[in-house]
Amino acid sequence: MIEVAWSDFTPWTALAGGLLIGLAAALFLLLNGRIAGISGIVGGLLSPSRGDIVWRFAFMAGLIGAPIAWLMVADLPPIEINAGYPSLIIAGLLVGLGTRYGSGCTSGHGVCGLSRLSLRSLAATLSFMAAGFITVYIIRHLLGA
Amino acid sequence: MKYNLASLFAGLIFGLGLIISGMANPEKVLGFLDIAGLWDPSLALVMAGAIIVGVFAFAVARRRTLSFLGFSMKIPTSTHIDKRLIIGGLSFGIGWGIAGFCPGPGLVALGAGEIKAAVFVVSMVAGMAVFELIERQRVKT
Repeated sequence: MIEVAWSDFTPWTALAGGLLIGLAAALFLLLNGRIAGISGIVGGLLSPSRGDIVWRFAFMAGLIGAPIAWLMVADLPPIEINAGYPSLIIAGLLVGLGTRYGSGCTSGHGVCGLSRLSLRSLAATLSFMAAGFITVYIIRHLLGA
Repeated sequence: MKYNLASLFAGLIFGLGLIISGMANPEKVLGFLDIAGLWDPSLALVMAGAIIVGVFAFAVARRRTLSFLGFSMKIPTSTHIDKRLIIGGLSFGIGWGIAGFCPGPGLVALGAGEIKAAVFVVSMVAGMAVFELIERQRVKT
């Protein structure tokens, strides 16, 4: 049986944030005609072609600038990173390699792909969700870290 | 110019959404992925909220050949479900489960000045570079 951590459950901010993420993806799609897939936007910089670089940096600047803009108005909610450096390096390598190999991440496949009812994106989303659940299970409950 | 400004704006809104939703906090993400522990279902609502808006946007986009700013619509057409897609997804999922970071939240946490997020992002870009090298080698042979 799944035990829900009701004290950690934040339905309203989760929903509000989700709507905002959807709005961002919608704006990007309807204004620029593109999918807001972050791994694709970042990864595309590694095989650059003319006229295809600045907008990628602009999108990334928006993401990196978001906490800075937030700080002008209010304190940032906590960002708790408990993974150690070796774990972060391995995680980064796997995320980088995996998202490029699988052509997308939580944004491209998870949000945009499911929004356009793509079975390919559903398959990708189920793969990374399943791997995420199993990995956390192994780390937290089998290895007890 | 307007293309780049729209990109910046979309990235900013996306980042604010990640902060409000809790996705920018790896512990929150891991709380969602930990179904055998005390499970925090919040992130399911993040996905639901984003997809509710997204479904309408794609329904509008599907009827257009040009975006509202006059650019060509670049919507993926591939429907192929192959080994690359699944293995890539699994690899990404393992990395996601190890640190609680996926690409967007990694960049947002980097902007918040987290050194550990910078280490994650640099490793992520290195992983992408490894992919590029493998692909270029594959095309050559």
